[in-house]
Amino acid sequence: MRHGDATQRPSNSTMNSFIESVLAEADYKPERLLPILRAVQAQYLHIPQAAIEQLAAALHIPRTQIIAVAEFYSFLHLTPQGRYDIHISDSITDRMLGKEKLLNYLAEKLRVKVGEVRADGLVSLNNTSCTGMCDQGPAGLVNGYALTRLDHARIDVIAKLIEQQAPLSDWPPEFFAVEEPIRKPGLLLNQPFENGAAITATFARGLTETLAEVDSSNLRGRGGAGFKTALKWRTCAQQTTTPHYVICNADEGEPGTFKDRMLLDLYADQVFEGMTLCAAIIGSVQGLLYLRAEYLFLYEQLQRVLKRRRDSGLLGRNILGHSGFDFDIEIRMGAGAYICGEASAQIESLEGKPGIPRVKPPNSVICGYQRKPTVVDNVETFFAATHIAVQGGPWFAEVGTAQSTGSKLLSISGDCARPGIYEYPFGTSIEEILRDCGADDVLGVQVGGPSGTFISNRELQRRIAFEDLSTAGSFMVFNNSRSIFDIVQNFTDFFAHESCGFCTPCRVGTTLLKNQLRKIIEGNGAAVDLEELNEICLVVKNNSHCGLGDSAANPILSTLASHPELYLKQLKQSNFTPGFDLDATLAVARRMAQRDDDAAHLSQVEN
Amino acid sequence: MSGTLCIDGIAVPFSDGQTIIEAARTAGVYIPYLCHRLGYAPYGSCKLCTVKVNGRTNTACTMPAADGQTVISNSPDLQHDRQRITQMLFVEGNHFCPSCEKSGNCQLQAVAYHQNMLDNHYPHFYAQREMDASHPDILIDHDRCIFCNLCVRASKEKDGKEVFGIAGRGIHKRLVINSPSGKLKDSEISVNDEAAHVCPTGAILVKRSAYLAPIGERIYDGHPISEVACEKAVIRAGEASGYPSCDPTKLTDAPQQNGGPDSHYAATMPPAPDIKHGR
Repeated sequence: MRHGDATQRPSNSTMNSFIESVLAEADYKPERLLPILRAVQAQYLHIPQAAIEQLAAALHIPRTQIIAVAEFYSFLHLTPQGRYDIHISDSITDRMLGKEKLLNYLAEKLRVKVGEVRADGLVSLNNTSCTGMCDQGPAGLVNGYALTRLDHARIDVIAKLIEQQAPLSDWPPEFFAVEEPIRKPGLLLNQPFENGAAITATFARGLTETLAEVDSSNLRGRGGAGFKTALKWRTCAQQTTTPHYVICNADEGEPGTFKDRMLLDLYADQVFEGMTLCAAIIGSVQGLLYLRAEYLFLYEQLQRVLKRRRDSGLLGRNILGHSGFDFDIEIRMGAGAYICGEASAQIESLEGKPGIPRVKPPNSVICGYQRKPTVVDNVETFFAATHIAVQGGPWFAEVGTAQSTGSKLLSISGDCARPGIYEYPFGTSIEEILRDCGADDVLGVQVGGPSGTFISNRELQRRIAFEDLSTAGSFMVFNNSRSIFDIVQNFTDFFAHESCGFCTPCRVGTTLLKNQLRKIIEGNGAAVDLEELNEICLVVKNNSHCGLGDSAANPILSTLASHPELYLKQLKQSNFTPGFDLDATLAVARRMAQRDDDAAHLSQVEN
Repeated sequence: MSGTLCIDGIAVPFSDGQTIIEAARTAGVYIPYLCHRLGYAPYGSCKLCTVKVNGRTNTACTMPAADGQTVISNSPDLQHDRQRITQMLFVEGNHFCPSCEKSGNCQLQAVAYHQNMLDNHYPHFYAQREMDASHPDILIDHDRCIFCNLCVRASKEKDGKEVFGIAGRGIHKRLVINSPSGKLKDSEISVNDEAAHVCPTGAILVKRSAYLAPIGERIYDGHPISEVACEKAVIRAGEASGYPSCDPTKLTDAPQQNGGPDSHYAATMPPAPDIKHGR
């Protein structure tokens, strides 16, 4: 395991040759800036100024691009982090499992404040957005590697190991164990499969004919947007500009989702095979898997799968003997940014830039990676395509509803007896799913993660389908002991944290929403503040650049609609309340006047 | 491709490669913007030029004009949101117009007047940003930066230098300088660069030039930005309606009178966006 070595200041020549080796490994390609910076961060615990200078010169890119990338991604830093860099997952489901208390306990044990680096540089501790372990939380990361099922006993051991400066390889392996609890396999997960079968079937039937099968299956993108897969592939295939690229979006960042983790852990061959047959159909020689940083634990094993596939003729030149069919896949890691799940932001990230969604039109299928035609599809979409290539379109289309064919993988977490992975035909009701996972006394369900919809217990007959509740797979259950405000606040803070900041309404608006919501929840809001909250929601929703801004207000809007009485109860019966702390505002004046007597303090205005 | 599109009931011709905002401007129809500039790559970040194109929301500065498009720009909803977006820019940074040397020449200020912005509406963020006065000829007051990216594009596309970049994420966005020290004095910028003159606010200023044009004789002192921005220096809002109107039944949302609010200039001011609770 990689482990930073910054116990002493590196000499310039050591750093110089280290960075030279990293550059050589990346073939001096500026689009590989993220992997390069990840390697520098792992070695020096930050991106040193000298490294920026050297990289800018070697890659022929401006320093500003390197600084922009380092500041954009949560796991890259311009100042040194601890030799043990710990992040605790701040998903609402982690919080429901006692994350806040554990985080405080950990901070106390390690003698470090949350968000800071300990003075001796041994350890740093911070929150991070959902790490995709909601079925086995509270979860975290140490030097990028997933920690699961944290509790007080484990934290005691972890604190001791850190003080002893034990390498991660000496830590108990069960701390890093990731289970894949498949509770209810369905159409796809139950299907037997032999490696190469989908590629063989594709060539036996013919490329055009296989695309026709994907078409008749009516497969729609599993990332949430639901664009018809065959249409995307056909459009890309028809582009005369070359080369064409295949990108598998494994940046599963929507809080509460972990089904792609399971697919890549247990069904990687079938995902890679889906990419390969897509490449055959659209005419591509290069595929990329964009793997979220939080899934670093999968990186080595996925590389081994790729190597095995190359060795057995399933990747590389003349795949399975089909002369002229060359295709290979490169894995690129993200570095902590939810927005990179958006296809065009992901493409920017893959080009070594901050993940800022592109202006559309043009769509990435016409002008994508390196400004070339590109298919970007979700892990589950490629997985489904593999089985459709073998079984045919009608086999898939028979399941589900007319508009939403086939099955959907759900990641179920929260207040239920059996959290884990479930596969359902589209059209299944929320009620039935709740019965299966053992949820009772239900307050509501968040379908599709923070960007999705909050379903109250009065709407449980609604169904999982593109025409009703569209979801990328997140399904978080809340029982009646939970506070809706805790949920909404966690989600709203999440969007403010993850906003890329490109456009005004999302950059400023998500922070305004966060502050305005806090004002009301903390009991400092008057009736006008509720109106104002609603208005900010609409400005952000109606004017933002991409899907993040479009959905950032959903948690507030959907609970304002389902539980207006909750918000009304929080309001103060007052005509005016300052939006800021009067007394705190005077702190600078007090410091300058060197006063701290009673007369130098103000109480909040009340009436 | 060229043809005609319909903006707020006015038939607007366009030529090959024009975006909606440029087709509109050429015809004397003003759509507010801050991050756009003729001859620069479209960017689309400020979102002031958000319009409805055939019923769908898009930015007029990035959307290519197409024959037969129906564009709504001057609706009460869009004007309201434009005012709010302008207010967001004001509270995010630190903009003190009365003491700012750019006052009267400032696009942000002029757009705020155009949007009838009478207060900040939102609570101030009180951002703490440092000033970079290191360069002998050019000053950067980061308090006034709105991340429009124009200086970044100017330096790269026009000056061939890449002096500027935008770093950070979300509300922590910041303008950064491409120099070993991060200071402007150590960068390649020169006072004759387009990047030194392109800032739509007072964030990048040329030193010793602040009051060459006295207050009262500045760009927006005599004419509102809606007139200045249109290609012919002064096109009165009424003259723009000289273009033939197009079929109003195609409109999905009733347009206001052409010309926009410009409340402090025009007597023909449409109702101000609803400000429910000024502070």
